[in-house]
Amino acid sequence: MNPTAAKPNTAQTPDLDLVRAAFPALQTEVHGHQVAYFDNAATSQKPRAVLDRIDRYYCEENANVHRGVHTMSQLATEAYEGARERLASFLGASSSRQIIFTRGATEAINLLAASFGASFGAGDEIIVSAMEHHANIVPWQLLSERTGVKLRVVPVTDDGELDIEEFRILLNDRTRLVALVHVSNSLGTINPVRRIIADAHGLGIPVLLDGAQATPHAPVNLKELDVDFYCLSSHKMFGPTGVGVLYGKAELLESMPPWQGGGDMIEEVSFSGTTFNEIPHKFEAGTPNIAGAIGMAAAADYLESLGWSWIQQQELDLLEYATAQLSQIDGLRIIGTAPKKAAVISFLIGATHPYDVGSVLDRLGIAVRTGHHCTQPLMKHYGIPGTVRASFTFYNSRSEIDRLAEGLQRAAQMLA
Amino acid sequence: MSVLNQRAQALVEEFELFDDWMDRYQHVIDLGKELAPIDEGFRTNDYRIHGCQSQVWLQPGQNDSNVQFRADSDAQITKGLIAILLRVVNDAPALEVASADLAFLDQLELKEHLSPTRKNGLDAMIKQIRLYAGAMAARSSQSS
Repeated sequence: MNPTAAKPNTAQTPDLDLVRAAFPALQTEVHGHQVAYFDNAATSQKPRAVLDRIDRYYCEENANVHRGVHTMSQLATEAYEGARERLASFLGASSSRQIIFTRGATEAINLLAASFGASFGAGDEIIVSAMEHHANIVPWQLLSERTGVKLRVVPVTDDGELDIEEFRILLNDRTRLVALVHVSNSLGTINPVRRIIADAHGLGIPVLLDGAQATPHAPVNLKELDVDFYCLSSHKMFGPTGVGVLYGKAELLESMPPWQGGGDMIEEVSFSGTTFNEIPHKFEAGTPNIAGAIGMAAAADYLESLGWSWIQQQELDLLEYATAQLSQIDGLRIIGTAPKKAAVISFLIGATHPYDVGSVLDRLGIAVRTGHHCTQPLMKHYGIPGTVRASFTFYNSRSEIDRLAEGLQRAAQMLA
Repeated sequence: MSVLNQRAQALVEEFELFDDWMDRYQHVIDLGKELAPIDEGFRTNDYRIHGCQSQVWLQPGQNDSNVQFRADSDAQITKGLIAILLRVVNDAPALEVASADLAFLDQLELKEHLSPTRKNGLDAMIKQIRLYAGAMAARSSQSS
């Protein structure tokens, strides 16, 4: 796969109806209605291009990767390593060696905690924030139990932004890693990652960004961002489930001990001692998710073929329209009102329970998420059990948002 | 027909009056609103039923050998579902409740339309009701 093959196609504006038609799952009927899918922050739907690519892999190229001398193994290896190249170009990495395929962002952070975190100890500190997904809290807590490293937590302001002043105070010479979310899954807040990285690097501290909610919505250039580690999940960016990426600066990845052991990650195995493969293979023990990586690369192709400018314009329009429509509903309170937000609206209506609202919407074929969104500390901060979350993406339409607003009016009446 | 079955049958007939889903949900919500409040001190973790996305508290009680539960939830649909359960089991013999299959919920055509998490929550409620009823029945048989 040629990494320069898919350039943003901004010359032609995609047609929303055609874009929607490319997503088979968007045609699903739920309780007699065509689904209005607003749970994109949990997982996105997959375009035909991704599904076809996975199908083609299994139908025509399936074989185990690396070391195979036969033609199909070589085809599979080329497709898998091509996917790595594609992800490197998609993320603006200098080299595909920096792209480690994982099961997703969660596994990426667990890998980092187990490997990069292995040298942390009592007296060391890791900075996370109160708006982290549990995936960027619990692996560090487990590490803390093993090594005594301490977690320091950046608080969140009432409108849902990181308290940057407090972050600066927390940074100190005991900080071994800053691990923060790029875009909040619960609130949509886009964090000021350039400032965060500059501040941390000023003290020589490496930074991990959890990019699971960032990569579906905006282009990232990791080399230019100068971030040390970055992770994402394919399924949130229109690719298949069960695959994702851990990106790291090459010198850091090279210095880290292996995590899981097995085939592919070794150079030579003997009972007197085993030597390990080079990065990225050092961190990919066993047969990888070959079809997943190839499907994720197809998703990257698809996103760039739509063009980021159209995607971002479409999502901004949806966010503004939905915010305006929802704000007209009596008693509706939006949680997370940072000026820079991705297309996510978390809200509550009066004293109604998010679960009740979500149940009524479901009957109307409207898919939203309810609950704590795997960010219980954040919900505690707001003193709420959870929210209703509508998360939009480029394939959503204004008429779907009208249905959401009508459904919410109805839910509010029923639950009054 | 046992008293539990009779009551369940009455509920099934009651729900058959609604052909629209929204009306059926509305009825569930309304039944929840009629639920008697639980006593002070029972809205605690000890009486909370786990497995529900919303919070549910179940207050056990008995009237001679009959069960007498009270319950509450912070979500209205959940509260309605537990109100339906309690309408069937309250004032029925503990021994009977302990072994009740409470399958009538399937006939209300509510259960299969509940999300898996809510279904798990409902199963947890039924399990807890049966456990309490079993303990009450055992206590009654010892004292008699």
